[in-house]
Parts: sequence; structure tokens; C-alpha cells
Amino acid sequence: MSKHRLLAMFKGFDDSLPVLRDIKAGGCAGVSIDDVDYLSPIEHPDIDEILERKVNVQKFTFTGAVFGVTFGFFFLASAQASFLVQPQGGKAVVPFPTNFVLMYEMLIFFGIWTTVFSFLFLAGLLRKRGTLYSEKLTVDQCGIMLEVDEHKLKSVKEYFKKQKSIEIREEAVT
Amino acid sequence: MEIKDKIIDENLGWQRINEDVIRSMDAPGKYYWITFAVCIAMVLCAVAAEIYQYRMGMGTVGLNNPHMWDMYIATFVFWIGMSHAGTLLSAILHIIHAQWRKPIYRFAEAMTTFSLMTAGFFPMIHLGRVWNLYWVLPYVSDRGIWPNFRSPLVWDAFAISTYLSASALFLVIGMIPDMAILRDHAKGWRRKAYGILALGWRGDDRQWRVFRKTYMLMACFLIPLAVSVHSIVSSDFAMSIMPGWHVTTFPPYFVAGALYSGCAAIMTLFIILRYFFRMEEYMTLNIMEKTCKLTFAIAMVWSYLNIIEFASTWYGHNTYDKELLINKANGPYAHIFWLMLFCGSVAPFALAFQKLRRHMPTMFAVSLILQLGMFVERWMIVAPTLSMAHNPHQWDVLYGSIIEWAIVFGSFGWFSLLFLVFVKLFPSVSMYEVKELTFHLKHEMEEEKEAAATSSKSKAGAVGKPGLEGA
Repeated sequence: MSKHRLLAMFKGFDDSLPVLRDIKAGGCAGVSIDDVDYLSPIEHPDIDEILERKVNVQKFTFTGAVFGVTFGFFFLASAQASFLVQPQGGKAVVPFPTNFVLMYEMLIFFGIWTTVFSFLFLAGLLRKRGTLYSEKLTVDQCGIMLEVDEHKLKSVKEYFKKQKSIEIREEAVT
Repeated sequence: MEIKDKIIDENLGWQRINEDVIRSMDAPGKYYWITFAVCIAMVLCAVAAEIYQYRMGMGTVGLNNPHMWDMYIATFVFWIGMSHAGTLLSAILHIIHAQWRKPIYRFAEAMTTFSLMTAGFFPMIHLGRVWNLYWVLPYVSDRGIWPNFRSPLVWDAFAISTYLSASALFLVIGMIPDMAILRDHAKGWRRKAYGILALGWRGDDRQWRVFRKTYMLMACFLIPLAVSVHSIVSSDFAMSIMPGWHVTTFPPYFVAGALYSGCAAIMTLFIILRYFFRMEEYMTLNIMEKTCKLTFAIAMVWSYLNIIEFASTWYGHNTYDKELLINKANGPYAHIFWLMLFCGSVAPFALAFQKLRRHMPTMFAVSLILQLGMFVERWMIVAPTLSMAHNPHQWDVLYGSIIEWAIVFGSFGWFSLLFLVFVKLFPSVSMYEVKELTFHLKHEMEEEKEAAATSSKSKAGAVGKPGLEGA
């Protein structure tokens, strides 16, 4: 059975929030809130409680930061080990106070880079997606996007019309 | 909330916000090109001076014993300091949810990146043998020698490269939603270019959620990073045993000075953008007031740290340190010393008066005076110590050669050039954050109105029911 992707446009956040709540409460037959993407020109933390989706960026960040510290220490220690052949004048070959400063910088360096890479990956950027989009989404309108089976298409469109959607766009999912 | 207390007008339409900001990126006018040409001329001055220095050697600029560091390191510290306010303030204000940062943080972050790009030139220029710059990088040379990891100069290389990459990423990541706006608005090659920079952003809930978290995490990293960068720059001096440099309070003193000069630079750019790009509705007087108050507070911290430094030197009774302090105030650099104190500690009192804070020409002049103060502060850190150190037979007074001044002059041209290119290619005001600001302000106002209406209704109800008051 073929699937269709629908994008229902709304005048603003205040018009689209009740629709999301209604979909979650089962107001739109055959559509689950898990299938819905909410598009908006600005960030709306309020919809987190409706969509209940988790973000795991911090796990990547933590991993990157830990890697930065450990790699930093081993990198510096191995580099400093080459000083073994040189006279140290009683100073430690692997000086910890110095290395703490450099490990601190490496913690931040790797922490930030892994955060950025995880952002690109988890936000689904640089990924090819469907062409369904409206330029008004970067101006002042909000959109609800979802995939539906062909036989439900009509009823879902009717539902969005009832909910005062100002425009409905669709494309076939290939 | 009264209009005069508002950060920004909450009734600004979102379409209009897009149009206003995009309009600032329209084809440049006559004055833009004149400024651009002046900046290029300044950069060419610096290039010519550098070529001369390269051919004739570092002796032409007077860099020798005892003046092994001079104008270049002072300017390096100045530009590193300038970079602080952008990212650090943006990150701190983001974490504490200070809404007023939203219309002004973008150009401040750009300022950070460009300042670092400018600062990066000075160690190279100072080396003389610029082709050996890679020796400072932490990799083993073909002679099997690693850099000395105990040296704060190597820490600098680590810290500044981390800060530059982190600040640039913070700026670029923060601009992604705006790149999508530009992509949807632009035509031709610009549409393609902004499309690439938008990385496929379409503003769905997942993207926003991940974006929010990422931005917050980056801000959390940037605050300790920015503090560490300037602490490490101060270590270049404080780790030595030179009088005037071996000071415990140097790291906080450097961080405060950096924030101070950065805030002053934000004020200058704020006023320039406000008038030349007609951003009066976004860069409002209330935001300027808050920036001024913050600058004033930092100015007082900087002044306090100066006093602490003087007091600890005075009561420490180290002969060399004390003599140097007396010489600073009374010797050949005395006029610069008193200029520094006037510009850094007296002039900021203009920021304490509301009338002056709302008078843009005065604030423009004050911001320039503060920056002058911060520049001479860096000069006063470097030059007197080198001029009047332990051995009186080496004492020597330098004010920088014309070559050094030409390069310093050119660095301002380079910074301005980068900034001029930035404001025409990228939005200097964050469109999506201003929209968020108006959205939340509007909702706050509505909630306040509703609360007021409910309380007046309940009061009216209570008055209408006899006996309730008595109860």
C-alpha cells in the first residue's frame, strides 16, 4: 500500500498546539503522535511534553569529553616520554600540573566537536529527505507533518481542514 | 510592563523581522564601499610594514634585549581580550536566560571569531621567521624535538586554537536556523550557498530539540574555555619572574580586562549597526542600557583588581616590583599609566547615569575611550616591565616603532574588513531568536493582562457579596 506525506500549515503556534494535543488524545483516527513532526520557525519547548521525545546529545558530549581527557594525557605523556633522552634537570618527565592545563583544553576541544557531530547526526541534518516543505515555515507559520496510508489520506485531510489548517500539502512517499 | 521598560516591541511582525534583517544585507551603499576601501588601505599598510620587517629583520622594530616582546604581544593580548565578550557574554547570558542578549549576540559572536583571527597574526609577526610558526604546534619536528609542554606559550597554542574553533562553531551552529530563512528568501547563487550552510534545516521539533541542547552544551563549554584562555594568556607573563608580571591576581585581572574591552567593543558595534543599518527597533535603548550597566560593573571589577595589584605590590615590599610600580606612576610611562586609569576607571562612571546611557553619541565616545584604556592597559603590562626590569644598565624606554604601529593599525583594518564582509553576507541580528523574544514577550503580556482581569473580577465579586469582608 502506498504512503503519503502530509504537511498541514497553521497560522501560528497557538493554532497548532491544540491540534497536537488532540492528535495525542486520539482525536485523529489512525494517526499516532509518534508519527507526527512539528515544524516551526522558532523553538517551542512547550511541545516536549506532548511529543515526549528524548535527546541524547549529552551522552555524545560526555563521551567526547572523556576521550579528550584520556587521549590528551596519553598523547602528552607519550610525547613527553621522548624527553627521556634529554637532561631534565630534576624535573618530572611527565609534569602533571602542565598536563592538567592541556588535558582541560583537550576535554573542551573534543567535547565541543563531538557535540557538534552528534547535533548533525541526531538532528538529521545533511540527510536527504522528502521535498514537502513550505517557505512560510521560516517566516511565521507552523506545520504538522505526518505519513499516512493512502486509504486514510482523505479522512486525515478532512481532520486538518476541520482544525482550521490554512493549507495542506502532500507528496507520495517513494 | 511599560513601553519604556520593554527590551523590544513584542508586536513586531515575524515577516517584518525577516525583511528588516535581510534588508541590512542588501547591496552595499556608497559609505560602505568607502569604509571598505579605507580598511583595505589599512591592511595594505600593515602588509607593507610586515614585508619591510621581514626583509630587514626584527631589529628595525627595536625588538632586542630587553625588549624581546613589545607592541605585538600587547596587541595580541588586546585582540584576545576583545574576543572574550562575544562568546563569553553570549554563553553566560544564554545560560541564565537573559532575553536581552537575543538581538545583539550574533554580531558579538562574530566579533569574537574575527578578533581571534586578528590576534592569531601577532605571534606569527612577532616570530620574525614566520615560516617556523608550525614549531609551536604540538607535533614532533623532523629533528625529533617536541615543543616544551611546560611553557605557557604552548598552552596558548592549545587554548587559542580550541577557543577559535569552539567560537567559530558556536557562531556557525547558532546561525543554522537563520541560514534556512535566508535560503528560503534568497535567489540565484545566494540561495544555493545559504542552502548548503543551512545543512538541510527545516525546523522540525527534533531539530529544534537537539539544537537547543547542543547550543546549551556548547555554551557550558565555552564559559570555562574563555576563562581558561585568558588565564593562560596571563600565564605568559605571570609564570615568569619579571617584576610586574609575577602577580597572583593576573589571571582574574586579565579575564576582567578582556570582558571589559569586549563589552566596550560591543557598545561601539551596537551603535554603528543601530544607525547604519537602521536597527533601532532591534538594538533598542533598553538593551543598550543593560549592556552599559554590565560594562560598568565589569569596569569596577577591573578597577578593584588594579587596586589589589598595586596594594599587594606596595605592601609586598619586593624592591623590584615596588620600584616598577613607582616608575609606572612617575617615570617615563607615567602619562600612559594615568591615561589608562582615567580611561579604564574614571570614564566608565559616565555609564552610571541613565541620561548618558541613553545618549548614543556620548556612549559611542565613551566606548572608544574605554577601548583606548584597555589598549594602553596591555601596553602598560608589557612595556614598563621590559623597560625597567632587574638590571638598570639595560633600562630603555620604547613607545613602539612606526613599523609596529603600522601593523597594529592594519590589524584594526583587518578586523573591520572581516566585520564588513560578515554584515553583508550573514544576518547581524538573529532573526529566529528575535522572533522567540517577541513571542514570549507577547505571551507574558497576555498572561499579565489575564491575571489583572481575574484579580479585578474577584475583587469586584468580593465587594458585591455583603458579609464576606466581615468574614
